[in-house]
Amino acid sequence: MRAFADPFSNSPNGELTLRLPEGGIDPAWLARPLLELGLDGSQSSRALRVEMPPSGRWTSSEAAFLARCVTELAPCGVKGLPHELAKLLGLASTVQGARGIEEPVLPSGRYAAEAAAFLALLGEIVLYLPRFLAGRARMRRADVVEALAESSSRALPIVAITNLLMGAILAFVGAVQLNAFGAGIYVANLVGIASVRELTPILTAIVLAGRTGASFASRIATMQGNEEVDALTALGVRSAEFLVLPRVVALGLLMPLLYVYGCAFAVLGGMVTAGPILDLSVVAYAAQTKLAIGGVHFAIGGLKALVFGVLVALIGCHCGLRSPRSAAGVGSATTSAVVGSIVGVIALDAVFAVCANVLKI
Amino acid sequence: MSAAVSIDDVAVGYGSTPVQSGIDVRISQGEIFAVVGDSGSGKSTLLRTLIGLMPAQRGEILFDGATLEERMRHGRPPFGVLFQNGALWSSMTTLENVMLPMDLHGHATPAARPALARFKLALVGLAGAESRYPSSLSGGMRKRAALARALALDPTVLFLDEPSAGLDPLASRRLDELVLSLRDGLGITVVLVTHELESLYRIADRMLFLDGEAHRPVALGAPAELARSAASRKVRDFLSRAAP
Repeated sequence: MRAFADPFSNSPNGELTLRLPEGGIDPAWLARPLLELGLDGSQSSRALRVEMPPSGRWTSSEAAFLARCVTELAPCGVKGLPHELAKLLGLASTVQGARGIEEPVLPSGRYAAEAAAFLALLGEIVLYLPRFLAGRARMRRADVVEALAESSSRALPIVAITNLLMGAILAFVGAVQLNAFGAGIYVANLVGIASVRELTPILTAIVLAGRTGASFASRIATMQGNEEVDALTALGVRSAEFLVLPRVVALGLLMPLLYVYGCAFAVLGGMVTAGPILDLSVVAYAAQTKLAIGGVHFAIGGLKALVFGVLVALIGCHCGLRSPRSAAGVGSATTSAVVGSIVGVIALDAVFAVCANVLKI
Repeated sequence: MSAAVSIDDVAVGYGSTPVQSGIDVRISQGEIFAVVGDSGSGKSTLLRTLIGLMPAQRGEILFDGATLEERMRHGRPPFGVLFQNGALWSSMTTLENVMLPMDLHGHATPAARPALARFKLALVGLAGAESRYPSSLSGGMRKRAALARALALDPTVLFLDEPSAGLDPLASRRLDELVLSLRDGLGITVVLVTHELESLYRIADRMLFLDGEAHRPVALGAPAELARSAASRKVRDFLSRAAP
């Protein structure tokens, strides 16, 4: 390993000398205090003479180190710098546009700002809702139809498949365990209650978070990058009303319907799996399912679906509106929307569970 | 008579840090007024503040004697905006793009809106392109379609953000001529942000030079006059790159 002597020394004439070694400086010098590099604190008021290496070559490391020395020892003046290097250091000392740069925001401040913006968006939607119900909201019918299609017909296959498989998996696990106790028929209760009350709303919401919520986020983030949102704002139209409200209403309306649709496939998945394993007839399984699922389960599941739908749409739109104005911003908005929606749905489900427990329903 | 746009001791910027301050200008009706400056000097920040996308840190902006909030309370915005990239709504046809502001603000009767929108498109030379989507238009056509949209609500002021950016010299010249024709034909006040000197000399009556290092305007006047006799050497150097 190469050994480096301290670069600072005293000249006989009383000047402080900075000798740059041939072959470049030790990169560690860039991060070390100058006082650790042979600079005596009392010398700092004297002139600084720079001795360039015999080859006369330098790289950006030497330039960066010299820029720091010049900045920290500025009052004493610098001698011996080649003209080209002095010009380069002059460029580095000119801070341009610094006043236009926003101060860095701490992560805690960023989260607080995001939360405040999300609550503001939620508040705006609540305020615009009566206008929407009265048919006076400023939005395009085509956008509402597009949001409805995005949230329904295009999501049907994936909602069906995931719920069918979820019902089948529950039935597999339940059939093996319950059959050991001679209670195989109760697999219908397990599948019915678990899917209607808990799993179908969550699973459907998660599927829609990855599909529709992400689509909302990427669409709005792209509009943000193309200044399309600014063009709306300049017309005096709030993006919450024109862009967010149709999507929230569409997903809020359709999630309960998708939930019912998903429940049917979950029960079907349980039926086609448990039937052959436990030798249960379709009629017996259906009758047991009917006995097991009450109106309360459907009410809780349906309410969850509605709330999750609104949440997924809101988070998707919020992430789109808050995205940076760049191509990368579209990607990060989409990721944030999916992650935020999944976490939000699970957290809200926990709140529902606590409330249901307190209310004993 | 009050100015079409009055900018009274305005400071603009992000957060609490001003990018430009001490902006004090009256823009007359029918004037073509350019905001010029080096990169990062705050031209677009000023434009975003003027059109209400950002709050002013200080001062007041009036449109024919009333603030934007007061104007909006009584209906539509007093201005149209041509954004740098056009900012056409990509899911709509050209005609729908021009009609949407009318729909949102209840401008004219629903039956008259398509005819009005077609007229605005014809004004900017886009007759026949009504059913085309923005993705199928060239850069110059997108700019002209966006200009037609900016005219949709018959504004008294047009804000143009770098109208020549990304256009070839011929398309840029055509756009300039179009802006001049609109000003002459409709009496519209035009405020444009630009760094295209040829365009500046061609159409601007007056200009304001924003100095990015001083963080304040350093020159106000006719471009040719400032190129000769501006007090700031920076302004003279900037303008002399393409003196008329």
